[in-house]
Amino acid sequence: MSMQDDAVQTFTPRDFHRQAHDALGNPQIRANFRKAMDGLMTKRHDSFGDWDLETLRELGANIRMRALAKLPELLEQLEANCQANGIQVHWAEDGEEACRIIRELCEARGAKAVIKGKSMVSEEMHLNEHLEAAGIEALESDLGEYLVQLNQQTPSHIIMPAIHLNTDEISDILHDKTGTERTRDVDYMTAAARSQLRERFMAADVGISGVNFAVAETGTLCLVENEGNGRMTTAVPPMHIAVTGIEKVVEHLRDVPPLYALLSRSATGQHVTTYFNMISGPRKAQEHDGPQAVHLVLVDNGRSRIYQDDELLDTLRCIRCGACMNHCPVYTRVGGHTYGTTYPGPIGSILMPHMLGLEDTKDLPSASSLCGACGEVCPVKIPIPDLLVRLRREAVGEGRGNVPGAGVKRNKKEVAAWKSFQWLATHPGAWRSGTAMAGKLNMLMPSKLGSWTDHRTAPKPAKTTLHALIKRHRKQRSDV
Amino acid sequence: MSARDAIFKRLRERTDGPLTPPACDFSVVTNRGWSRTERLERFERLITSVHGEVIHAPSGDWTRRLVEVLAAKSIKRLALGREHPIAVEAREALKAADVELVDVDRDIETWQREQFERVDAGLTSTSGGIAETGSLWLWPTPDEPRLISLVPPIHIAVLDAESIEDTFFDVIEAHGWAQGMPTNALLISGPSKTADIEQTLAYGVHGPRELVVLLRHAAAQETSA
Repeated sequence: MSMQDDAVQTFTPRDFHRQAHDALGNPQIRANFRKAMDGLMTKRHDSFGDWDLETLRELGANIRMRALAKLPELLEQLEANCQANGIQVHWAEDGEEACRIIRELCEARGAKAVIKGKSMVSEEMHLNEHLEAAGIEALESDLGEYLVQLNQQTPSHIIMPAIHLNTDEISDILHDKTGTERTRDVDYMTAAARSQLRERFMAADVGISGVNFAVAETGTLCLVENEGNGRMTTAVPPMHIAVTGIEKVVEHLRDVPPLYALLSRSATGQHVTTYFNMISGPRKAQEHDGPQAVHLVLVDNGRSRIYQDDELLDTLRCIRCGACMNHCPVYTRVGGHTYGTTYPGPIGSILMPHMLGLEDTKDLPSASSLCGACGEVCPVKIPIPDLLVRLRREAVGEGRGNVPGAGVKRNKKEVAAWKSFQWLATHPGAWRSGTAMAGKLNMLMPSKLGSWTDHRTAPKPAKTTLHALIKRHRKQRSDV
Repeated sequence: MSARDAIFKRLRERTDGPLTPPACDFSVVTNRGWSRTERLERFERLITSVHGEVIHAPSGDWTRRLVEVLAAKSIKRLALGREHPIAVEAREALKAADVELVDVDRDIETWQREQFERVDAGLTSTSGGIAETGSLWLWPTPDEPRLISLVPPIHIAVLDAESIEDTFFDVIEAHGWAQGMPTNALLISGPSKTADIEQTLAYGVHGPRELVVLLRHAAAQETSA
């Protein structure tokens, strides 16, 4: 597949299997992800070298659990403290409402150009398309996001959006879209993007960013980054709009250092990122820079539904580091676009069904070998494999039925087959005669069993059952 | 019902009932017990590992090092504050030097393009350092606004060795951050960087491509520095 084909290709979670098949046959995608994920796994491991990682993960999980346990109170406190600091707070039930709020804030200022810092929530609600439909240009400023946007794609990783592209492809994109020289010189390309984007920062009417942690105690918005585009986005344009999910709140300022330590190491294996930017209000009267107005848009978009259920709740602990995808054998092979969702990989597979419904995402919880790596590396100890299993149960109508689209994969024949198996397996006499019979008739076993046998040989019942073998073995021993 | 009310109603009327907040033990992020030497060694090693440049200077004579850095890096236009003692001393020392001093106590609207295109370096004070991660912490002021450490291609930060503490958690606790946060608080650990082009590190993508830390040592430690 050439890059040009890639650029017009759209991905949807409904086509997971076809997209996975295509990605597996694309050596470029496989090489790019393999190389990147191997490096990230090693770096993460090394960066926690001198830490008591288990104790730190325990603390991270507890901080996030405490925040969720007090979520309504903390959101009220966050709102009150932000307002006291001069940050205006808005609430949105879903992505559409959040888009409308942001568009209206932009329109009220007569804004024509928006510059964006990296925000997965804004991807989740398709903010750029919404603003562009209203005649407002939304430009991504994170280098990876900028490249992906130039190439008319979506991010393939939540931390490294352009990880699916290699140096030559990026050189072509910059050359085709911005007129730079074709080169393999990364410094040259970075400098070119810097100067292109600096003009846009100066011209932007509004800066839109995400939030990594929102501190209830002080009304502070924390942003983690390396490039400085997040600082630019939140400090250069006259208005800053921060948009985030309601679960991103933490109770205390002291909760931030452990989560930040976990985030930077889990995400990219860095002991610290270049910038940790804490914003607690717009420019004050005597200050000389920073935005004159700061808005915070808090988005629900399915989160309060996840919140209802004691098991599903753990999904909301996520700090969006991406370690689960970096360590996922499926993600590493098929890449981020294959999932067709804003959040790919294991976290996407347990989050997107709540946002899009299981009708569209029914293949995602099964896109896992349940090897357990994601749960093992998660910095806030989300039991991702258990949640994948829970969503598989929901998909076949064997759960609590509180996930949208629950039961979509329910198949009467399959249910009947398992019921029969259950009856057989709990009736020893019937089981023994049944398995003995199956062994005798094993030639009749079909060699094709649906998609199971696409890549596997069909199982054949043994001529002699294990029971019979053991019986014979015991008899021989007692005969000796 | 407003979106706000609807969201709060769902959160408060949770199906599986109220949750119990777990206790949090923060000992893993504090009590490092490092000696002054260990702290300094660690700070320098960590910030250097992310491409920060550390230049040691005796407190009494630090501006001589500043002049040397400016000359070595061909910095002709330096943006700096006016009131902070560091800015006062720097201005005094640079009177005779061939460096144009750029005032930063002006509303950015009046000089944005100048700041973006015609400043070679920004000089700032720092509030302290963090040994564990090799970080500087800054609370920008009207005298030293936040963009000075971000927009110019080189950031020169002056740090006192005595103000380096062990961990970020320790800094937040010791300085009572929760009692009142400034408009903007920053941790800075190295120059701006990206690895978005096939994991290859490149510096200065949006912010400074160089971070120079002028690390000042009080008289008693000058010999060890």
